[in-house]
Amino acid sequence: MVTITINGLEVSVEEGMTILEAARFFGFPIPTLCHHEGLSPYGACRLCVVEIGEEPRTKVVSSCTYPAENGLKVRTASERVLRARRMIIELLLASCPQSKIIQDLASAHGVSHQRFRQEYEDCIMCGLCVRMCSEQMVAKAIGFRGRGTNRSIGTPFDVQSDVCRLCGACMYICPACQLRCTFNEPEKAVCNACANFQPPCIEQDRFHDMMCYMDPCVACELAKTP
Amino acid sequence: MCRLNSIENFTALQERLIAESHPDTPTIVIPAGTCGQASGALNLVLTAQHEILSRGLQNRIRLRVTGCHGFCEMEPSVLVEPKGTFYPKVDPAGMRRIIDALLRNDVVQDLLMADGSSGRNYENLGDLPFFRYQNRLLLSQNEKIDPLEITDYVKLGGYAAFVRLLEHNAPGEIIDELKQSGLRGRGGAGFSTGMKWDFLAREKNGKGKYLVCNADEGDPGAYMDRSILEGNPHSIIEGMLIGALATGADKGILYVRTEYPLAIKHLGTALTQARKFGLLGTNILNTGISFDISLIKGAGAFVCGEETALMRSIEGRMGEPRQRPPFPVQKGISSLPTLINNVETWANIPVIFRIGAREYASTGTGDTGTKIFSLVGKIKHTGLVEVPMGTPVRELIYTIGGGPSGKVGIKAVQTGGPSGGCIPAELFDIPISYEGLSRVGSIMGSGGMIVMDENTCMIDVARYFMKFLMDESCGACYVCRKGTQRMFELLDDIAAGKGSLEHLDLLEELSLTLKDASMCGLGQTAPNPVLSTLRYFRNEYLEHIEHKRCPAGVCKELISFSINELCTGCMACVKACPEGAITGEKKQRHSIDQDLCTRCGACRSVCRFDAVDVQ
Repeated sequence: MVTITINGLEVSVEEGMTILEAARFFGFPIPTLCHHEGLSPYGACRLCVVEIGEEPRTKVVSSCTYPAENGLKVRTASERVLRARRMIIELLLASCPQSKIIQDLASAHGVSHQRFRQEYEDCIMCGLCVRMCSEQMVAKAIGFRGRGTNRSIGTPFDVQSDVCRLCGACMYICPACQLRCTFNEPEKAVCNACANFQPPCIEQDRFHDMMCYMDPCVACELAKTP
Repeated sequence: MCRLNSIENFTALQERLIAESHPDTPTIVIPAGTCGQASGALNLVLTAQHEILSRGLQNRIRLRVTGCHGFCEMEPSVLVEPKGTFYPKVDPAGMRRIIDALLRNDVVQDLLMADGSSGRNYENLGDLPFFRYQNRLLLSQNEKIDPLEITDYVKLGGYAAFVRLLEHNAPGEIIDELKQSGLRGRGGAGFSTGMKWDFLAREKNGKGKYLVCNADEGDPGAYMDRSILEGNPHSIIEGMLIGALATGADKGILYVRTEYPLAIKHLGTALTQARKFGLLGTNILNTGISFDISLIKGAGAFVCGEETALMRSIEGRMGEPRQRPPFPVQKGISSLPTLINNVETWANIPVIFRIGAREYASTGTGDTGTKIFSLVGKIKHTGLVEVPMGTPVRELIYTIGGGPSGKVGIKAVQTGGPSGGCIPAELFDIPISYEGLSRVGSIMGSGGMIVMDENTCMIDVARYFMKFLMDESCGACYVCRKGTQRMFELLDDIAAGKGSLEHLDLLEELSLTLKDASMCGLGQTAPNPVLSTLRYFRNEYLEHIEHKRCPAGVCKELISFSINELCTGCMACVKACPEGAITGEKKQRHSIDQDLCTRCGACRSVCRFDAVDVQ
């Protein structure tokens, strides 16, 4: 067991636990986007940042990848943390405003507008689908390509992957495309991919692996054809 | 050459090589690193070889092709030993004259470098102001070593420090001496090298430990690591061997960026030769100690210079950083303890153990030792300069660099690459040390130094670095990927005259978030160019925003060219204009059609009469 202090509360946690797990266990909320209990931590969305250490030498780290160390002092909602978190949400909102999860995050943190050039991207590169595919489905059908602003997710060479079983897990876990796939009311949803474990559209030959990132969505295309 | 089987064998070989070296034989030294080859050094080598062979001078004159000596501006250059005569910018015809003069034991006066003020010629390399004020602890070896010959390095006392330490084999003492020397990591962050080695030595692990040389030098305008890799590869190997002795590591990796083909070639040869000599591999000099080094090429990603990304790249995975802890020393390549040092750090190790830690520590004020900088930009003498720590920036720029290359004064110097900051001219008296530079908002970095004059727009500079970082961010963490992109957009807006005061607030807010919330050093330091220009050159930002004016005349959207009364009507600009935007008759003042003009500045650069104004 290691002893850490979270927001002034001294607690004992299991060795090997991350700060995020410890904080959540004791009821301190930390928002996340790229984190999932069943998958390895990735530290990409940076929403889970917390401040560690003692003044004046504190630093901000992502709690999902930082192990709880003996004597560590953690603040999950300091001014510095909230400032960073709000800016991250503003950046998310500027790129992916259609996601319900991101809208909810913005509303919870009082971010009502964003000041950048508005973009409409479908993917925030949180990597949940990539990890889902490799760790839970053990398929490794999709992965990251490119770097920086050219980073994207897909199958090798963009051809249908032999190892993809069309399980739909990638879509199930995606935090950004949720609104588009399920709509606000599941019964009216266009494809219901996320609600149904077996989406109807995946039997289409034209569909590759990544329905949610297809432009236009294969499901939507189906709905258009009579 | 057969394998050396004992320490005595090595010592005997070294003594024999030194005895047979004949330092008085006239020797032509041609620096042919990547910079030299690009300016035509290989032609000189061919000419020299041809002259020597066809005239049968093999026994009278020797030829040595080496790595870069540092004065890249004056290449292809020739150095004649033993006198140390330095000839800048030599052509093949000049090469022949130098050989003729050498046979007469003479100097070709008109090929020497002229002193602008006194009209006298500089004869000796050491007399040149560029070299005189340097302390070339590492770089001076480049002149004396053919990087493809291990014997040249051994002759110079190379590997002797390692062999001496091998004989005593006291790891604790090595680390203590290193700590005494005060050497700090030359890659940028400046962590104590002795402490780092100590951490690795304390890691108990039965499966082996890694030593890595980080030669993924990617900062724009920085090439000091390349010159060591190309010119003196054995110094790095010896440094790593000493490291292995001290820390108990058994595997070494040279991670070189693939854009350095000559360095890769020289390192490959050096490794083969060291193995043949029995200085590398299993059972080194029959002492039972084994250490081998493998060479791994990068794939062109700047972020792989970050140590955790570098380790992933070595493992064959995507070059993405991860958060520390665990630190590489605890869990590195293939989960084994790993120590990563920069090229220059490794090259310093043999020097420290050759001259002794106390002697080494006496160089420099504030920090110990020397640091190599690549001095580039709007400066008269560009090249690699090695100065003791604590030297004022002013001395580097004006005394060694010779001041501004153009007609206008120097405005600022950018140190530390894309993660560094700009130092304005009024702060040039600060000493070059890790703390000195960080106090003024910049960093030591790996040693790039880009000099900017009044014709450089600081917004353009910040925008350039932000573009670089936006392209080179690995994209894994959201703050860095989007943050650099958004910062670039904001700077782009300001440079295009579409900026507002809110842009500045947003830039500052975003900078704080990037600094705090990014995963690795790339994102955490990405705002530095913006923050430091905002700190010292806020007026320029305001000028762009409030008056839609670029004071330096760089930002294309905000400037216009016009021709003033100094125009003699020489037609040079008319011919140079790619858009056909300039009209005019011979001997009459020309004029520019603003609608056709793309503001490329071609007219301004060809005009010999200062007749093209920029507003």
